[in-house]
Amino acid sequence: MIDFINFYLFPALAIGSVYALGAVGISMIFGILRFAHFAHGDLMTVGTYGVLAAAAIFPVSPLLLVPFGMALAIVSALAVDKVFYQPLRKLPTIYTVISSFGVALIFRSLVQLFWGSQNQVFNSGGVRPPLVLFDTFRVSVLHVQAVVATSVIALLLHFFLSRTKTGRSMRAVSDDPELAQVAGLDTEKVVRWTWIIGAALAAVAGMFAGMDTSAHPNLGWNLLMPMFAAAILGGIGKPMGAMAGGYIIGLAEELSSYNWIGDSALISPSYKTAVAFVIMIVLLIVKPQGLFKGRLL
Amino acid sequence: MELTGLFFYLVSILIAGGIYALLCLALNIQWGMGGLFNAGIAGFFAIGAYTSAILTTGGSAKHLGGFGLPVIAGLVGAAVLAGLTGWAVAKICVRLKSDYLAMASIGIAEILRLVIVNESWLTNGSLGLAGIPRPFGDYVSGRSADLVFLAYVWAIVLVVYLVAMRLYDSPWGRSLRAIRDNEESAAAVGKNIERYRVQTFVIGCAFMGVAGGLSAHYFRFLSPSATDPLLVTFLVWVMLMAGGSGNNRGAIVGALGIWTLWSVTEIFTNRLPPEWITRSSYIRMLLVGLLLQFVLQKFRSGILPEKSPPLRFRE
Amino acid sequence: MSALLSVRGLTAGYGGPPIIEDVSFDVEEHEIAVILGPNGAGKSTVLKTIFALTSIASGIIDFAGTNLATCKTSKLVTLGVSAVPQSSNVFRHLTVEENFDVGTYAAPPADKAATHEKVLQLFPDLRAKLKQPAGELSGGQRQMVAIGRALMCEPKLILLDEPTAGLSPAYLERIFDLLLDIRQTGVTILMVEQNARQALQIADHGHVLVNGRNFASGTGKDLLADENVRRSFLGGAAA
Repeated sequence: MIDFINFYLFPALAIGSVYALGAVGISMIFGILRFAHFAHGDLMTVGTYGVLAAAAIFPVSPLLLVPFGMALAIVSALAVDKVFYQPLRKLPTIYTVISSFGVALIFRSLVQLFWGSQNQVFNSGGVRPPLVLFDTFRVSVLHVQAVVATSVIALLLHFFLSRTKTGRSMRAVSDDPELAQVAGLDTEKVVRWTWIIGAALAAVAGMFAGMDTSAHPNLGWNLLMPMFAAAILGGIGKPMGAMAGGYIIGLAEELSSYNWIGDSALISPSYKTAVAFVIMIVLLIVKPQGLFKGRLL
Repeated sequence: MELTGLFFYLVSILIAGGIYALLCLALNIQWGMGGLFNAGIAGFFAIGAYTSAILTTGGSAKHLGGFGLPVIAGLVGAAVLAGLTGWAVAKICVRLKSDYLAMASIGIAEILRLVIVNESWLTNGSLGLAGIPRPFGDYVSGRSADLVFLAYVWAIVLVVYLVAMRLYDSPWGRSLRAIRDNEESAAAVGKNIERYRVQTFVIGCAFMGVAGGLSAHYFRFLSPSATDPLLVTFLVWVMLMAGGSGNNRGAIVGALGIWTLWSVTEIFTNRLPPEWITRSSYIRMLLVGLLLQFVLQKFRSGILPEKSPPLRFRE
Repeated sequence: MSALLSVRGLTAGYGGPPIIEDVSFDVEEHEIAVILGPNGAGKSTVLKTIFALTSIASGIIDFAGTNLATCKTSKLVTLGVSAVPQSSNVFRHLTVEENFDVGTYAAPPADKAATHEKVLQLFPDLRAKLKQPAGELSGGQRQMVAIGRALMCEPKLILLDEPTAGLSPAYLERIFDLLLDIRQTGVTILMVEQNARQALQIADHGHVLVNGRNFASGTGKDLLADENVRRSFLGGAAA
């Protein structure tokens, strides 16, 4: 039982946090701009390397440098939208999907160009011992930080979406873009904020993912499918649903390799990433609107 | 570079170009005719490659094999298995918005990669399968075998091209394009949209499987790295977009053009000092990504845009 | 008194052949004007065109000196023109309160609380439903939310596309009374209506379109009495 909590549950919550943050951006972009953003994983990678670059200059904990990662990701997202996605907005959205496929490659090659392709480890001041609670539970400090940060972000996001003008405008545009225009809402501002929030959250997710293992150019791309699954699970256009979806996927992935029955893992750990895919397929067959009744588009 | 060397370099470009042409024709059936975005080409390519390899290699203690079937049987098996996988994916996704098919196709490609790497009893894992035979391998070898293979590949390309043209002009093809262009009116006329889409996807995947098989037989060796999504999925999309989506001739032109460009730039980058060689491969990736954006914005219909075939009335 | 809205020679469609051709009419300030006609006459297209949701081939839409034909959709609210589309006219996932709030973003009223109160007095039923998602309300209540949202910006002119469509008879009566109340507050109303008879009874002016073109115009009373108008499409349909 203790092993279960220490080696499966806590890491599951940590990776769930990463998925949650990424899936929120994907869900919002899908909801407001109406397309699946295939470059979102690589946008996370951009955020990771932004923090990495700042960490090479400032000798403080990388967590404090997350604004640099966010800034780099936000600028990249807005630039990419202006130059590549906006010209295609009048066309069927599938063209923007194809474009985002290309943008993913562009982000990845730029990262490799500037930082090379080997793994880079965040220097967080040596190996930190895990936190020990009640003499039995061991959890990595980073994992705790990830879950706490995500929870705080979730609260802030909920507040933003339900109480502020911009947040409500975003929900309105996601609900019915034509009515939003008729009501006079500033759809361009809504689009801008979608990218800002999506990119900022992706950067935070990328930082935690990178610090947990190491930073490498394929970091984000490898996480893309579970994040898509999480966004679908939560219901497209429901950012808070995507958060829940992220945790569910994280739990499913990590807990799938636990030895529920007998001595060996239920599902071989090498197939962990397949779990998210299977969940996604099942969803698409049975309930594509996800748990929280999102849009099918 | 001496003349024979240059000649056989050209042969190798044309062989790979032919395999790419096959992939582009297949993708054109899915995207150009059906409006379906397949982001997992590498997966169907891989299934075809491994199926054909396993069916045709001699026995081995380490992995499944020993069927020793002729190459053509291997290719048929490749088409069947790739087609079946495509059928499963399409059946699930086809009633939803195209973005979902894209996600599912990436997923299936990833799962297949995991299976290939992990199930060594089947595929020998990362070590790869060796000794994959060439067609007519008993009769020719060495450089002449390459020439024979070149003819073999392009014969298949020709067959697929004719099949694709036939499909395009047929009532089936016309219905498909009507669905692609205006789904609501097509449904109003009573077309079963889902059935058409599934059929399109399956046919395309089957041809992608054949391309994979051909690749395995060409290199005579197959490992998971042969199905790198950059080279297989991404490059094929750029080729089709540049050459003219919706257009079979354009698919072939795009494949040959872009592949030649890619190979030729490799000659130059290989001459650079070592630190720059890896850099240059990233620059190439970047340029390909930018090329796709450029083609999407300016030349969506590609170099050879689609022309609707003249209606032929029964005399 | 010069007209608040003046449409001249409007020809527009959805990319293919034009749905309305050379349509012209005026709407005076503080009046209720109705656009009528048989199905497919292009009535809704006129409203959608004013709101820049169609392709305009030619024509002028003069609103207090500005040519709306050159404006983009989201600008119209800032100019004082509000619209209530026929269907999908509320934000279903937003609460009633939020729907009203969103109506004030583009053109905030001078005193938001006062406007909010004014709207609630028009729709007292909604007071109890402010925290409910608009999508959960009945058809009639949703219509009220839609109209309320459009009134929150204190518009000069409000366009309504078939406000009684799909409503129960009880709500039908209320809507027409409501329109008179709204007019009392100083807002000019231009609407498209299928319930021609009842609409003409409260309208100051009516404009009849047939096959996308002007057919007849006149005061509400005159059109009700006109034999041609009655026969061509009021005929048989006792509203």
